Amino acid sequence: MTGTGSDGGVGELVENLFRRQYGRMVARLVRILGPRHLSLAEEVVQEALMAALQNWPFRGVPRRPEAWLVQVARNRALDALRRHQSFRRKQEEVRHQLEEFAALATDGFEEVEERVADEQLRMMFLCCQPGLSPASSVALILKTVCGFGVSEIARALLSRPEAVAQRLVRAKRSLRTREVRFEMPAPGEIEPRLELVLAALYSMFTEGYWPQEGDRVIRGDVLREAVRLTSALAASQATARPSTHALLALMLFLSARIPARLEPSGELQLLADQDRRLWDRHTLLRAFAHFEKSISGGRQTSYHLQAAIAALHASAADYASTDWESILRLYDQLLEAQPSPIVRLNRCVALSFVEGPDRALACLKPLEAEPSLRRYHLLPAAQGALCLELGDAGRAARYYREALERPCSRAERRFLRSRLRECEAVRKDRKNRVVSPPGPA
Amino acid sequence: MAGYVVLLHEPADAFTGLAPGQMQEIIQKYQRWSRKLRQSGHLLDGRKLKDGEGRNLVRRQGQIVTDGPFSETREVIGGFFLIQADGYDKAQELLSDCPHLDHGRIEIREIDEVG
Repeated sequence: MTGTGSDGGVGELVENLFRRQYGRMVARLVRILGPRHLSLAEEVVQEALMAALQNWPFRGVPRRPEAWLVQVARNRALDALRRHQSFRRKQEEVRHQLEEFAALATDGFEEVEERVADEQLRMMFLCCQPGLSPASSVALILKTVCGFGVSEIARALLSRPEAVAQRLVRAKRSLRTREVRFEMPAPGEIEPRLELVLAALYSMFTEGYWPQEGDRVIRGDVLREAVRLTSALAASQATARPSTHALLALMLFLSARIPARLEPSGELQLLADQDRRLWDRHTLLRAFAHFEKSISGGRQTSYHLQAAIAALHASAADYASTDWESILRLYDQLLEAQPSPIVRLNRCVALSFVEGPDRALACLKPLEAEPSLRRYHLLPAAQGALCLELGDAGRAARYYREALERPCSRAERRFLRSRLRECEAVRKDRKNRVVSPPGPA
Repeated sequence: MAGYVVLLHEPADAFTGLAPGQMQEIIQKYQRWSRKLRQSGHLLDGRKLKDGEGRNLVRRQGQIVTDGPFSETREVIGGFFLIQADGYDKAQELLSDCPHLDHGRIEIREIDEVG
């Protein structure tokens, strides 16, 4: 089988390969085996990844990792085919399609991207069957299409892993008992399901843009995959609704900043300090184009408001000359549509530019009592930044220390530590000044 | 230089329930480790062993019979590496940053070339 002696260690694993292949292989197998067998499709793909995990450490990564995974998945699916009674009538047809899937991968043909995108769109809408709760549908999309693990889903949905696991089991059980076809819903049934699909893709993008754990400031391939799937929705007539364009615009506005968001050393750079010449012009143009298309609808979703805020940032020459009053108004509207503590927190940042850091600090104070923000590092981080602006380095340092005690990624921890050092430098500087007065600026 | 067989033991459920992203991360850790040892010429080969207990042969009353499988065995040997090193201390040093130690234990046995 795979992995002859000469194959040792020649292949490379591209970032995010396992997640991406998980989503692609599950969608293809659901197409071949039928939606009732979603659980089986997931088992087969999980087993293929597991086989890789157990083999590749010893023999190295094979030359074409994707093809290797598809071969193993095909073998496991054929085994299952022999065991399962329910395939008896369709067995030949299913076997034929499995062989075709494997042959496509082995011969090194590039998968037709439209076909992959089409399957994944169907898969996402399949996860939004009427009768499933919205949270279950979103969890199921993150699991089967985005290749997220249970704990990653729990983090994205602010839920407990056990609760997510239960939801997934129930959702899959309910799919097993229905006669569902692997097709897009009728035009009239698209809108409510699209909302859930967009919510899942928004979560996926968020995990890529603000990873909650690990060492990296961004996970480029996760967010690119979210952009790719949302682009596919925007390119398909049935799903290219105003809210789709709004979400895609938001993702593209934020993606355009990535070259400036990472310092050359790979560290986090906040919007305020970014070199805007590094923003990706091409992506910004795409963002504005989709933003314009999003305005055609009468409804204003939270994606519209967030995209509008991002558009104002994208139009400003620098952070200080940003149209903060308009941004504040947009946050007020966003707060009405989505009264979450995190939106209130972000609104305060805009407020500090319109009414001053003092006023913003006062507005942040009551948020300290919010249960959902008690472990959220960005609240004290924002308070620290405002204190630093007011020249109170001592108080700022206390807030940054508080932020460092809360859970966040290693990259953000490094960022907070560098801010804390800045506070300490300011204080030391001031002490020195008593001894030797500063020279001319 | 002496040859060593490196056996990787792990609990049977060491890798169950992992998410796709986690599995890839683990593979990449092993890959970084083995690449380093391959380049320095210490790592000669590595093989995964098939799942399951395999067979144990014993002679009972003049008859060869298979013993087991031992279903109570909660530990399996996932696979082995062949390495070469100047003595046990060096071999141990080479294995000390092997990512397998996050998941199970490592047994190092020197190959007796002299006999």
